[in-house]
Amino acid sequence: MADSQTIGNRTRGMGEIVDVAGKVTETAPFGNTLAEMAKTRPEIVGLTADMGRYSDILPFRDAHPDRFFNVGMAEQNLIMVAAGLAKSGKIAYCTTYSVFITRRAYDFVAIACAHSMANVKIFAGMPGLVNGYGATHQATEDINMMRGIADLTIIDPCDATEFKQVVRAVADIPGTVYVRNLRGKVPVELPEDYRFEVGKAKVLREGDGEIGIISTGYMSARGLDAAKMAESDGKNVGVLHVGTIKPFDTAGVIAFAKRYKQLIIAENHKTTGGLATLVIEALYEAGIQKPLVKIGLADSFFECGSQEYLESKYAVDIPRFMTAIRDGV
Amino acid sequence: MRSNFPPATANLEELGARALNLRRKMMHMASGKGEGYIAQGLGIADCLAAIYFHELRHDPARPDWPDRDRFLLSTGHYSIAMYAVLAEAGYLSDDELPTYGLNGSALPMSTFDETVGVEIVGGSLGHGLGQAVGMALALRLDKSSARVFCEFSDGELDEGSTWEAAMGAATFKCDNLVALIDCNGIQADGPVTVAIEPVADKMTAFGFETYEVNGNDMAALVDALGKCREPNGKPKAIVLRTTPGFGVPTIMARDRAHFVRVGNDEWDSLIEELERENG
Repeated sequence: MADSQTIGNRTRGMGEIVDVAGKVTETAPFGNTLAEMAKTRPEIVGLTADMGRYSDILPFRDAHPDRFFNVGMAEQNLIMVAAGLAKSGKIAYCTTYSVFITRRAYDFVAIACAHSMANVKIFAGMPGLVNGYGATHQATEDINMMRGIADLTIIDPCDATEFKQVVRAVADIPGTVYVRNLRGKVPVELPEDYRFEVGKAKVLREGDGEIGIISTGYMSARGLDAAKMAESDGKNVGVLHVGTIKPFDTAGVIAFAKRYKQLIIAENHKTTGGLATLVIEALYEAGIQKPLVKIGLADSFFECGSQEYLESKYAVDIPRFMTAIRDGV
Repeated sequence: MRSNFPPATANLEELGARALNLRRKMMHMASGKGEGYIAQGLGIADCLAAIYFHELRHDPARPDWPDRDRFLLSTGHYSIAMYAVLAEAGYLSDDELPTYGLNGSALPMSTFDETVGVEIVGGSLGHGLGQAVGMALALRLDKSSARVFCEFSDGELDEGSTWEAAMGAATFKCDNLVALIDCNGIQADGPVTVAIEPVADKMTAFGFETYEVNGNDMAALVDALGKCREPNGKPKAIVLRTTPGFGVPTIMARDRAHFVRVGNDEWDSLIEELERENG
């Protein structure tokens, strides 16, 4: 498969976040962070299922070749081998595309890993609509699937600042963790003093109580961008980043939601079964009703194309945020 | 050769007595329950006796000993046999065994790794061999001489994940891994239906050093296990041709051997049969 960097009017290949123009970025934060931390943690091993290059794990392979295993295009075996390593004292970081982890190796994640609280850390590549190869490569329902597994931690990081902390933190989170990987040139969006805490939603921006964005993954960065742009219209929009999907920070989300008249819930995922569903469940159970807009993907399969084309067509881009902020509910 | 290997010669008489003890325990565990995976358990008893009382380097007082040899039971429904051998070896108390399969028991109908001495969750078939590869790699990284023995069944050869794992074992040259393939010819719906034969040739083609034995012949088992000790860069496989219900002719004769149903009034006579046949 070509690693096409062509953008514009054609399919774009292995997904990076597209709107990085003018932003500070870090290259391959996953592999570089893992390679560095593994220097002092000999129990760390790395695995891939023929997706080393496209998951950014190669810096780890190059630094620690004896601790790197490529099992080939065999995702079930990827998870089994990782589980076996973990059950013999290793911390197994494994990588391939999100679609292949979730749709193909689900039983192995649930039983071989999560059920045993095995120290397997899954970095799932190209979650959501982050590439142009169509439904075969777009894991638009991965959060919905994975949150059905008990004892599994799920993290959807916002930017390079948070993601590097996540790569380190998961080593000490007991059991199996599913992380939505950020690959390639990853923008730096959050301030240096931002601190990831597993299970804690973080207020990135406090607004004036009119409109609050609750978001996850890099959609939180997009929400921040939209909030800044809305300042010129005299709007002061709040942003809550839900970096950990599971365990879900019910208290943090409710506290934020209570402070705003209208909510925008944004995720790089279907609007069914993901963050929006979790937020609405939490609010309903707390007896809170708010007007809200969901930004995310429909319950559908998606076509091939350039990232810009797809994000515009399926309405998960900045203009969609601006419309939601301007028009409200 | 690696250090701390099991003895070159085995006491076949003692191993035979251990296997009979396993069968006795299984019959008592199943007794009165009317059903269970007793046929598979009786069939694998000789292999488990050879593993736990001759080949495996382990210590029931230290089930988490990092340098222990691992035995992985991939067929979780063979739990009745697993509990029998864990009790015989001293991991479990004989007093616990009658709770097998009962509500709230620590000895469920399918194996979970909460049970002391059980390494993996078995039962979702096709999960064993890949985890064995991972453990073999971890032991190698730790420069441990411990080995990994992974039991799985002919029915599990239907699962594609088993073949993914087999290729992985050869790719990573896991010569500290021994696959024990219980070919008893049955699966849930009856006889094995998919064209899995020739199993030994397939394993060899997948890069394993392969032996094929009568899995109910203790001398043959011990001999094959001895050949699997060589650290020659190749994973090992022993194809075990076992007879479901071995040791109890009435169970051996049952048509539907996968999940044998036994009347409450039959157990005493079947236990007598076991003693008479093996006495």
